[in-house]
Amino acid sequence: MLETMGKLITQYWFLFAKGTGYTLLLSGITVFCSSIIGSLFAIARMSQWKIGKVRPLHTLVSAYVEVIRGTPMLVQLYFFYFLLPKVVPQLDLSAFTCIAIACIVNSVAYVAEIIRAGIQAVDKGQMEAARSLGLNQRQTMLKIIIPQAAKNVLPALCNEFVTVIKETSIASTFFVGELMTQYKTMTAALYLTIEPLLIVAVIYFVLTFTLSKGIAVLERRLQSGD
Amino acid sequence: MIKVVNLHKSFGDLHVLKGVNEHIKKGEVVSVIGPSGSGKSTFLRCLNLLEQPEEGQIFFEGVEITDKKIDINVHRQKMGMVFQHFNVFPHMTVKENITLAPTLLKKMTAAEADQTALELLNRVGLAEKADEYPKRLSGGQKQRLAIVRALAMNPDVMLFDEPTSALDPEMVGEVLNVIKELTVSGMTCIIVTHEMGFAREVSDRVLFMDEGVIMESGTPDEVFGNPQNPRTRDFLSKVL
Repeated sequence: MLETMGKLITQYWFLFAKGTGYTLLLSGITVFCSSIIGSLFAIARMSQWKIGKVRPLHTLVSAYVEVIRGTPMLVQLYFFYFLLPKVVPQLDLSAFTCIAIACIVNSVAYVAEIIRAGIQAVDKGQMEAARSLGLNQRQTMLKIIIPQAAKNVLPALCNEFVTVIKETSIASTFFVGELMTQYKTMTAALYLTIEPLLIVAVIYFVLTFTLSKGIAVLERRLQSGD
Repeated sequence: MIKVVNLHKSFGDLHVLKGVNEHIKKGEVVSVIGPSGSGKSTFLRCLNLLEQPEEGQIFFEGVEITDKKIDINVHRQKMGMVFQHFNVFPHMTVKENITLAPTLLKKMTAAEADQTALELLNRVGLAEKADEYPKRLSGGQKQRLAIVRALAMNPDVMLFDEPTSALDPEMVGEVLNVIKELTVSGMTCIIVTHEMGFAREVSDRVLFMDEGVIMESGTPDEVFGNPQNPRTRDFLSKVL
């Protein structure tokens, strides 16, 4: 078996490389966009802005988060894969783009929740102390709340990013070119199941393990303060 | 300096302040005593609008700060506040805790703020802790830091919200000493406290609050020595 795996790597390394590239691209785009949009959504969910008795931003984002967390990722991928080209045919979206959008939409919900929880976990006395010194809301958020929330948030955010890398494998359902797509291609062509799968698993593990170790270093640096 | 007119505050169905009227003069040291739930902390927190009262007015140095149109942040800079749970900023060093507000709000240059911070830390015996993070401080040291953090803004009044209630007994003294020095220096102070001996010693005036109103107000000797209101008598007989 080891021999077969060696052969696979030397002969088909470019397929693994291509798959890894697409996996990184898809998860990279997802992580990048969901961090930004997720932060904005977290702020929207905490917004106190009211029309009458309703907090429209809060309600909308809460509903969005519940729907995304309450439905399977695969269902969401199918949804966007079929829906987007119908809704905006003039954009001529590729399968990859549709899937990337679906991944972002999915991840934003989780990131928004993680960030909201992190901010709300900061003792409310911190806000009061800063405001009592005369800092305004924005200065307090930037100098007092967010630096402390970042420490709360980082481990959970890292988990989410590891999850994103792993869940991009589901995108192989639509043959978008990431690692599992390459695996399926190889299995079909070579009638080999276990050997390429082991290689793919190792690649996934190396990616996620590197990410969590990298974040652990960053975390230690942030913790140095307290 | 601070004038409070018919102040009302509710939390949901709970009517906490039911029409508080009070006038605090410049340089006066006023202690607020009373049973738990009497509204004394809420009253103090209304003074710098950490709690927004539903009804009534607060005048600070002649300006109505309960007016929706004023910028409360400007007035809060003149009102220092010290909390029961210290609320020092854990992600900043002791010195940064003090210099943050004066520099960010452009009251001082970084060099001036540094200078001020060191002087203040010296005054409360924390100079050697300047570059430490608050987690290395004891409760009493944290509270002393919180006091000088507020003083760095050079406020006109200091509000103390049960400043020793969360401290281990052996640390109460060091914090009370710092507050006492302040009261002697002529700073206007409003102190919500359960330390009756301390209130009696440092105050010019004592307010007894119960059920959301000020039941009795007078010099420490009057309130502690010869309370007029039966509620005050009842309360003092339990705590003294």
